[in-house]
Formats: sequence, C-alpha cells, structure tokens
Amino acid sequence: MPDVTHHPALAHQFDSLAQQSEATTLGMWVFLVTEVLFFGGLFATYAIYRGWYPDAFAAASHELDVTLGAINTAVLITSSLTMALAVHAAQLGQRKALMVFLAVTMILGAAFLGIKSVEYYHKFVEHHIPGPSFQFEIRISPNDGGNPPGKLADVELLKAHVQIFFSLYFVMTGLHAVHMVIGIGIMLVMLWLAWRGTITDEYYSPIEISGLYWHFVDIVWIFLFPLLYLIGRHAH
Amino acid sequence: MSTGTVFMPPRHYLNDGYGIRSWLLTRDHKRIALLYLAAVTLFFFVGGAFAVLIRLELATPAGDFVSDETYNKLFTMHGVMMVFFFLIPSIPATLGNFLVPIMIGAKDLALPKLNLASWYIYILGGLFTLYALIAGGVDTGWTFYTPFSTVSSTTNVIPTALGIFITGFSSILTGLNFIVTIHRMRAPGMTWFRMPLFLWSMYATSLIMVLGTPVLAITILLVAVERLFHFGFFDPRLGGDPVLFQHLFWFYSHPAVYIMVLPSMGVVSELVAAFCRKQVFGYGFVAFASVAIAVLGFLVWGHHMFVAGQSVYSALIFSALSFLVAIPSAVKVFNWTATMYRGSVSWQTPMLYAIGFIGLFTIGGLTGLFLASVGLDVHVTDTYFIIAHFHYIMVGGTLMGYLGGLHYWWPKISGRLYNEFLAKLSAGIIFLGFNLTFFPQFILGYLGMPRRYHAYPPEFQVLNVLSSAGASILGVGYLIPMLYLMWSLRYGKLAGSNPWGAVGLEWTTTSPPPTENFAESPVVTWDAYDYQTTVTVES
Repeated sequence: MPDVTHHPALAHQFDSLAQQSEATTLGMWVFLVTEVLFFGGLFATYAIYRGWYPDAFAAASHELDVTLGAINTAVLITSSLTMALAVHAAQLGQRKALMVFLAVTMILGAAFLGIKSVEYYHKFVEHHIPGPSFQFEIRISPNDGGNPPGKLADVELLKAHVQIFFSLYFVMTGLHAVHMVIGIGIMLVMLWLAWRGTITDEYYSPIEISGLYWHFVDIVWIFLFPLLYLIGRHAH
Repeated sequence: MSTGTVFMPPRHYLNDGYGIRSWLLTRDHKRIALLYLAAVTLFFFVGGAFAVLIRLELATPAGDFVSDETYNKLFTMHGVMMVFFFLIPSIPATLGNFLVPIMIGAKDLALPKLNLASWYIYILGGLFTLYALIAGGVDTGWTFYTPFSTVSSTTNVIPTALGIFITGFSSILTGLNFIVTIHRMRAPGMTWFRMPLFLWSMYATSLIMVLGTPVLAITILLVAVERLFHFGFFDPRLGGDPVLFQHLFWFYSHPAVYIMVLPSMGVVSELVAAFCRKQVFGYGFVAFASVAIAVLGFLVWGHHMFVAGQSVYSALIFSALSFLVAIPSAVKVFNWTATMYRGSVSWQTPMLYAIGFIGLFTIGGLTGLFLASVGLDVHVTDTYFIIAHFHYIMVGGTLMGYLGGLHYWWPKISGRLYNEFLAKLSAGIIFLGFNLTFFPQFILGYLGMPRRYHAYPPEFQVLNVLSSAGASILGVGYLIPMLYLMWSLRYGKLAGSNPWGAVGLEWTTTSPPPTENFAESPVVTWDAYDYQTTVTVES
C-alpha cells in the first residue's frame, strides 16, 4: 500500500489505488442497479399490456424487421466481445491493442445505431409512429383461414392497442439507443485516456467500469430483441 | 461546555479559498453541503410562499382571494417545490453530505466530482421548475395523475416534469455516493455496528433513492412523451390504463416518504443519545429498523389506490403490508423513549426538536394506520385528513428533525454558537404553530372537507381560520432561526470542537473542520454513543 500512494491517478480521498478501484467499481454497479429499475418500469408496463392485448402485440410485432434486428443483435454481442478484449488488453498494459479494441467497439456501436435508424426510417415511412398520423393495416394471415375477420369495432380496438405496442417499441429502443450514444461517448473518452497513456496495468479501472456499462446496455438489448421482435413467431 | 480554551482553528474548510470559483467548483463535501443548504432553503421559502397563499384563500369559505384555476396551481407548486426540491434533498444533501464522511472518519465522499455534479443537476432541475412557475404554473397536483396531465391540462406540465426528472438524478447520485462511501471509506476500526445510527438511516435512505427514483424518472418520461408526441401508454382511448400510471408513480412516491423521514429518524437518534448522555437503547434494533422501513416501504404503494379501481384482494394485501411498516417505526419510537428513561436529559434546543419529532411523528404514524385500513381510508380519501396526516410526517417529522439536526451540528458547520434563548423560543413557536395549523385539519377531513378546493361550506370556517392562524405562527417560527443562524455566522460565540460534550468522530475534529476533516486519520476502537467510558469532559 505505501508504494502506490503517490500514483498520479490516486485521488486525495483514497488511501490506495485498490480502494479507489473498489469504490469506483461499486459505484458503477450501484448505477447499473438504478438502470435496471429505470428500464424495469418500461418492462413492467410492457408485460402488463402484452398480457392484456396479446393479439395486437403479435400483429404489431410482425411489422418489425427481424432480419435487421437479428443482425443488430449479432453486432452488439460482437461489440461486447471487443469490449471484454479491451479490458483484458488494459489489464496487461497493451496500449495499442486497447486502443484498437476500443475503436472497434465504437464502430460496432455506431453500426448498431445506423441499422436502428434504417429501421426507424421504415417505420416512419409506413406511418407506424404513434400519434394522429398513425396507420396500421390488419393483415389476416392465410394460416388463420377459418377465423372470421371479426367486427369492425374489434378491428378498431386492435389498432388502438397496436399503437400502445409501437409507443413502447419506440420508447424502449429509443432509450436503449440513447444509452448506446452515451456509451460511444464514454468510449471516446477512454480512447483519449488510453492515447494519453493514463491507462496502465496499474490503473485501468476506468476501462473496467466503462466495460460494465457497455455490457449492461448490450444485455438490455438481449431482452428487447425477443420481447419486441419475436412475439408469436411460432404461430406462423 | 468543555473546560479547555475555545478557539477558532487558523485553517478550516471555510477559509480554504474565498473566491466564487472556490465555492462553485469545490469538491469538498462540506462546501457542497452548504451549497445545498442555500439552495434547499431558497426552495423551502418559495414553497412556503405558496402555502401562505393557500392558507389565505382558505381563511374564508368563499373562493374570493384567488380563482379556482390559480388555486390549483398554488397547491401544485407548493407540493412540487416542497416534496422534490426541499424535503427529499433536505437532510441527505445538507447534513448527510456534511456528516457522512466525517462520521466514518474519511477525508471526503468516495466520488467528490459526482457530488458536485449532483448539486448542478439539482439546480438545473430547479431552474426548469422555476421556469414553469414563471411561465404560468402547473395545475395537475404534485402527483401528475393521467389522463389529466397528459391530455386535459393546459398548463406547464412538460417543464415541471422535466425539472423533476432532472432533479431525480441528483438524488440518485447522492444515494449512490453515500452507499459507495459507507461501504468503502470507513476508517480503520469503524465497523458497521460501530457506526452512528445517522449513518444507518442515511444508508437505508440511499437504498431507496437508488432503487425508487429511476422508476419515477421513467414514469415522468412516459407522461412527457405521451403529452408531447401523443404516444399511448396510459391513454384509455388506446386501451392504456391510467391506474398503471398510479402504480408506477406510487412505487417511487410512497418510498419517497421514507426518503424524507428516515434521515430525520437518524438525526433524532443522534440527538437523543447526545442529550441524554446514553447509548441509544437497542442499537441493533434501531439500525435494522431503518433497513426494514426501506424494504417494507417498497411493498405498500397500493394503499394510495384503495379507491382507484384496484381489486379488493390486492387492497387487502397492501393494507396488511402497510400495517407492517408500523412495527419498525414503533421500534424506533419506543427505543428513543427508552433511551431517555433515566438518562440525564438536558433541554437544549436540538433536544426540544427531537422530542417534538417523537410526538408529532407518533401522531402522523398512528393516523397512517387509519389510512392503511381499507374501510376507514375510503371515508377519508382525498380529504383534509390525508393532508393533516402527511404534514405530521413531513413537517412534524422531517422538518423537525432537519431543524434539530441543523441546530445540533450548526456549531460544527459554522464554528459558532447561536442564541440559545431565541432558538428555544422559535422551537416552541414552531411546535405550537404546527399543531394549530394541522390538528384542525384532521377534524376537517374527518367531517368530510375535501382537499384541493378553493371554497368550502361555511360550517368549516372556524377550523380553517384556526389552521390559517397556526400557519402564520409557523411562518414566524421558521423566519426566526433563519435570522439568528445568519447572525451567529459573524457574531456568535466561538463553539470549540465539542460544545455539547457529545461523542462521535465529528466532535473530535475542530469546528469548523479542516478541508481534509481530520489532522490525522482516526482509528476507531469504541462503539457509537459510548458515553460510559469515553466521556470525561465535565459539563
């Protein structure tokens, strides 16, 4: 402990780098708990409405582009891998490798956002943004053959419930995207720290806790993808 | 009083830099505490001004002072200012910020930059809300119930909602900082069960801040998105459920009551021990009661919705769970009383507030049980009974604890003593004014006077006039401390390190403390409130 007290990265309130690293890591974990609760409110809302309006949610879900969603899932999982490799490189003090992995993580994150905006654009063109200009065609799948199309009032009700799905879709994926943007910003700062040589094999906790954040944002998507894109696929 | 010479230390946190930058860019938890103190005091007086206008209107049965729309805005802004901008940050962000590091023997909070950031976030949220106020106010009530807040109201819902959303993050960051600090920054020997009970209550409060506030944030965000972009989350026209909003809102806002009152309970534990010269009776029970209140507080939100279309079964379960909160609360009240029993009680100002707290909190808590009973609650829902109940908790509880704590630690914060006579006088005025204001409201509510109306039947006038008279006494009671505390900053007698002869790490350092809190990092070898073995100082 006495040897490291003069490390330039040691803040005045701590006795040692180990204590500092433990404190900042715990801080990030506590922050992620708040994030779980933040998204938790949305997931609870989703669960309630999905339980009430399963047909509308399935119908609306079929309008989402599963292919793009799946590609995005793969992109994000890969970015988690490169993030983990970045942390590993930081622990070993490999500055170049760290910078490369951070950059790749950022590029993958940006790719995710690019694909997401293509999806948003499609939804905009199709008038699937909730609000006064919302439009939705109820497609009766041929597999439903025997079922009557139902009364007009039921169709109108279904369309209303579909708007709830799309409201949740945009807020959930939108907030996730905001977190991605913040994540890319954090990575930019980390890249700068790595470039400056602040990150060493003695002091790498900034990379470690940024990694925790990045993985968390990925995990949110791992839940969003099936909940939003894959509803009732097996039925058709 | 200590017999040693009383002196002002040559170097302390207040004279460690004088410029405006040394304050606005400080990372010292003690200076940030004072920044918060100034800000919450401002919001307290803004919120108080609305209360004055409300009580003026209610002095007569006719709605003759303000219009009904204006009245709606008055009680909304009163609630928003007091709940989100005064009560929630009051003790944690001021006394908590000042004391948490000192009480555990640390140099600062674990994350000082985040601490300063939380103050700026608080101010930013406050500015949004003040803007909403200047732009014409908001009339939804502090609860923002949908669909009124999302569809019908034509007032400034969005800026107010944004203000609350932003301010929420300041309380998340404060809570996060306290949790990390208490886990990782305790001085050698300062084990969990040697910590002063104030820290246990700060820890429990922080848990609620960290777990509850994000849910409020997302709920407010959904309201804003629904209002701005006509999305549908709670809109019944789309099959949305307004009651879902209430569930999400109270999931935070009931625990928020404990964000307000738990810190006060922590203060009272300190005060009772210090002014009875005894270890708090049943330390472990009081400590775990704080945690129990924090946990149970998350399971009772449904008691706000007994008449909101919730099923009878869930109402009964929420009712039973609400009764459970009474157990840890009562444990605390009994343990404080048991601490006083055969203690050598000295009746100084902070102790007056502590005793005021115990009495008023007991009334507030017991009437809470009325409201947790499904049948009785239906009778008094949305009446002045509710208003009286939660003001006994929030004003009688939180504010008494806050003022008691402020008086107790003021010599430590400022290094000077205030005028004890004026302080005792105003404590008495506040106690009297408070009861005169709010006790008649219990009766009014029980007789059926509804809340949130600017006019009422003439037979309620006598009780309303009593309440308004009490409010003006209460107002005077709040102004006097403001004056003598400011006065003491310059002219007060020097306090010395330990004016109360109390134990606790904060009394071992100078008043005011140096920037790094202790000349040498302390090593703790004694239990909290160890008056039997530690105190040798003659009083």
